[in-house]
Amino acid sequence: MTTTLRLGTPGMPGGPAVTSTSVTVTVDGHEVEVPVGSTILEAAEKAGRRIPTLCHHPDLPDVGVCRICVVEVTGQRALQASCAYPITTPIEIQTYSRRVRQARQTIVDLMLAEHCGSCQTCGRNGNCELQDLAAEYGSDHFRFGQRTEPTRLFDTFGPSIRRDMNKCVHCLRCIRTCAELQGVGALGVIGRGDSTTMSPYLTLPISDVVCINCGQCINRCPTGALQEVDNTDDVWRAIEDPTKHVVIQTAPAPRAAMGEEFGLPPGTPVTWQLNSALRELGFDKVFDTNFSADLTIIEEGTELLVRLYENLVLGDHGRPVPQFTSCSPGWIKYLEHKYPEFAPNLSSCKSPQQMFGALIKTWYAQKNGLDPADVVSVSLMPCTAKKFEAHRPEMTDSGFPDVDVSLTTRELGRMIRELGIRLPDLPESDFDDPFGTASGSGVIFGATGGVMEAALRTVVELVTGGKVEDLFDHADITPVRGFEETRYAEITLPDTLGPVPPLLAHLVPDWDWLRGVTLKLAVVHGTANAQKVMEDIKAGGRFSECHFIEFMACPGGCLGGGGQPIPTSKEIRSARAKAIYGEDARYGETGRVRKSHENPAVLRVYEEFLTDGPCGHTSHHLLHTTYTPRGAFIATPSMTVPATTNATTNAPTNGGAR
Amino acid sequence: MTLATIEAEQGLRAALALDPAGVVATIRESGMKGRGGAGFPTGLKWQLAAEAVAPDGVRYVVCNADEGEPGTFKDRVLLAELPDLVFEGMTIGGYAIGSHEGICYLRGEYVYLLADLEACLERRRAAGLLGPDVAGSGFAFDITIHLGSGAYVCGEETALIESLEGRRGEPRNRPPFPVVSGFRGAPTVVNNVETFAWAAAILARGADWFAHIGTDRSTGPKLLSVSGDVQRPGVYEFPLGVSIAEVIEAAGGHDAKAAIVGGAAGTCVPARDFGRAISYEDVSTGGAVIVVGPWRDLLEVAENLQWFFANESCGQCTPCRVGNVKLLEGIRALRRGELTVQQLEDMVSLGQTMRIASKCGLGQAAPNVLLSIIENYRSEVLGHIPVGAR
Ligand SMILES: Cc1cc2nc3c(=O)[nH]c(=O)nc-3n(C[C@H](O)[C@H](O)[C@H](O)COP(=O)(O)O)c2cc1C
Ligand code: SF4
Ligand code: SF4
Ligand code: SF4
Ligand code: FES
Repeated sequence: MTTTLRLGTPGMPGGPAVTSTSVTVTVDGHEVEVPVGSTILEAAEKAGRRIPTLCHHPDLPDVGVCRICVVEVTGQRALQASCAYPITTPIEIQTYSRRVRQARQTIVDLMLAEHCGSCQTCGRNGNCELQDLAAEYGSDHFRFGQRTEPTRLFDTFGPSIRRDMNKCVHCLRCIRTCAELQGVGALGVIGRGDSTTMSPYLTLPISDVVCINCGQCINRCPTGALQEVDNTDDVWRAIEDPTKHVVIQTAPAPRAAMGEEFGLPPGTPVTWQLNSALRELGFDKVFDTNFSADLTIIEEGTELLVRLYENLVLGDHGRPVPQFTSCSPGWIKYLEHKYPEFAPNLSSCKSPQQMFGALIKTWYAQKNGLDPADVVSVSLMPCTAKKFEAHRPEMTDSGFPDVDVSLTTRELGRMIRELGIRLPDLPESDFDDPFGTASGSGVIFGATGGVMEAALRTVVELVTGGKVEDLFDHADITPVRGFEETRYAEITLPDTLGPVPPLLAHLVPDWDWLRGVTLKLAVVHGTANAQKVMEDIKAGGRFSECHFIEFMACPGGCLGGGGQPIPTSKEIRSARAKAIYGEDARYGETGRVRKSHENPAVLRVYEEFLTDGPCGHTSHHLLHTTYTPRGAFIATPSMTVPATTNATTNAPTNGGAR
Repeated sequence: MTLATIEAEQGLRAALALDPAGVVATIRESGMKGRGGAGFPTGLKWQLAAEAVAPDGVRYVVCNADEGEPGTFKDRVLLAELPDLVFEGMTIGGYAIGSHEGICYLRGEYVYLLADLEACLERRRAAGLLGPDVAGSGFAFDITIHLGSGAYVCGEETALIESLEGRRGEPRNRPPFPVVSGFRGAPTVVNNVETFAWAAAILARGADWFAHIGTDRSTGPKLLSVSGDVQRPGVYEFPLGVSIAEVIEAAGGHDAKAAIVGGAAGTCVPARDFGRAISYEDVSTGGAVIVVGPWRDLLEVAENLQWFFANESCGQCTPCRVGNVKLLEGIRALRRGELTVQQLEDMVSLGQTMRIASKCGLGQAAPNVLLSIIENYRSEVLGHIPVGAR
């Protein structure tokens, strides 16, 4: 295994006992009371003092390695790292003595001496914590020199993540993110002294290890050392090519966060202005991924009901329960590596991105008399793993890649800025038909619990024949909302159920077997939490009794995705969630549909194209997929996906190449 | 050597006749400070560990036999010649703090001692000096040996614990200290090999005997590893407070120009200061005295030592990982006559920051030798700077 660090305050079990008592700290002469065990950093914040930090990140356990946050603690010879010093007795600290200022400046100057890379050409120019520190604390020249020749690894393999270790400041945030927050452990520290570096297992390229492409490490990297693979050129080239018909689908999570790329406070939705920006950019059509989210709900909800029927009534254990959601490609790859034996539990549904892509290359092209070879399907996603997903060889069932280029929120932000337009000032405009209409259920896919809530709104109505509002006010299924690590909920179905609706009549004879049944559901976000739940299932714990579990690889769900604007924190993610639930509520207030099975555009697809219904033959061919076991430590070589080449060449690919 | 004259198991028997608090009190009264370098009072360390909350009643005694400091080899001699005394001291420590498990962390390069040490433990078990009922007292204690894998930093007690736990040997933040939360989160005493040997001696001969040797604040005898430009390098025993001159004299170092006391992490004492005392209150050392002959270039010595630190830094914290490389580059530039006075000042300021801002003792001590050379040989150092750059 890759060596990982011991994290957090070492040995907390034997550390200061957690009590409600508080302790007095004197910060630069001002007394503040803080709970015992608070860090000096927290105490200083309470006293209104900002201490610079670098390796500290609010989502991660502290390791105290960059040393930029050092302060004086009266009575101690050495300075102390304020982020990693738990206060247990009254102490007096000074945050800006001469020694502290000299140390900070020296440390910043050392970081600059070690760093190799020029700001002007860096993707993080203007949003870099090293730049900020240099501006605030560094000296006016490179006191300890500057590296001009790159000497460290620049790893561009794989379709999602780019690592330039020349820009690394050794804060270990990526390693803690991957190991602690995500429970993946794809990265570790190798070497000593000057040659210390962050590296994937066995110094393999990132694409050959268990990395799930979630991009959470990118979101927490203070510098440009970790970035997404930039595909903006591919999109520009397609747009500039007059023979190409370029369409884009936008997912709800980036729309709730794109404003941040333009200086708006987190949680300011810019959905409708973004549509105008995309038309300005030159996209031929602008579609709403929520449409295919609704379609996913119909397919996945149907699959769930059929699976439950086959498993519980017909005793077919080849269809194991619980059913796991499959829209998070980070989660999918994680399962393929670590729990491949549970692949049959995964819904066979493609993610909304891929379903949409498949329809664009088939139904949409046919309807509009377009040669699918000339259609370039672009997606705006909150996610770096979506790039990997788009490159999966099985995502080409129509004979063409479902999605040609998957852009992150950050990349599209750059493209719009390049255009010289200020997004917030643009007029609002709507999505294009025939996929224009979406429901509020599609919107909430962007937040953890959203897929579950959307599925329930539909499943409950399909089964009871009644209204979900009879069970939950305004159809807000609040038990599955929130940010707790895992949420568990039970919903008991009524004793009288409706007839099987015509859409599903060919799959299940009746609902008698569901009368009074208590559906057990769980929602999980962040891969470390997914690991806990999977271990519980393996051990036969309470999650093994669930019927349906929503898994999202990223903390907070897609709104906390690895392609979202930087920085990230719990507060920022909650603000984005508010924007998303607000948009769903607006659907209700403005009389638009909020349930996937009421989305007229989706129903039309089943009438015109997927005529053998949900989970029917056509749908199975185009909208469902299969999964591949991968190595637990190293990706099976045959499964590594080659780097992005020219995504716009758009040649038909060999669909079965695996 | 005094330690060779201590009667076998006399200290252990004396300890078991006392209650654990009595053993701690005896060590406190002896005034002994740790022999590994940092000089923390051993009795206080044991007391803190004994008093610390141990969730499952588990505490550990760890013998630091990683001896990686350049110029230090006294622990190797002790382990080779008097292993029983060291293990006896660990057993006494275990009894004092309420621990039943001792671990000896042996430097990887000392693997050739491993078979003898294991045999010694086996003998002690057979003799009832280790095991479920130590010397018929009802106290249970046993010792295992863990082999290190060649990183200097693993001698630092928290890195040593990380390494014991199977991770990369990287120092932890303190607090919490190992006495509160060490190996596997349990209260842990980490002491030097020599510290344990003297602990056994103190129990055998009494706290007073020890306290009357040395100075008020540096009690007892100390083993010193004397090396470098001397005729008779080796391990010597002196009472603390001995002058540097006496030590060099004993080992046959003539016309020495300087002495690096404390090894790579120590300080460079010029000949004019050889009257200074080796003690915790004056020139402190874990045991190394490296004598520098008159023909040597001190900057070359400094370059070697800085190179050592640049390579041995665990690499986690900025001041040490980058600072050592920058000091090394600076020394090289100085020796080539390419450094300016301003750059020399920057190096001094960097060294000062490393001393107070590094995460562990390695980075904190790494600039010591260089800074003491710049301080003590200022005109010689400035002589390397071209006139135009002064
Ligand atoms: C880089 C570094 C290396 C060290 N190496 C050793 C060592 O090899 N042996 C040792 O006893 N102490 C070493 N120490 C000191 C230990 O951290 C610790 O203080 C000591 O083991 C405590 O024992 P004592 O109180 O008996 O001296 C080292 C410290 C540092 C910072
Ligand atoms: S992308 Fe995710 S899995 Fe891959 S290294 Fe980063 S945090 Fe780990
Ligand atoms: S790659 Fe980024 S997050 Fe990881 S250690 Fe380097 S600077 Fe920190
Ligand atoms: S001072 Fe050096 S050895 Fe110690 S923690 Fe920092 S980098 Fe590691
Ligand atoms: S922010 Fe505290 S040491 Fe890095």
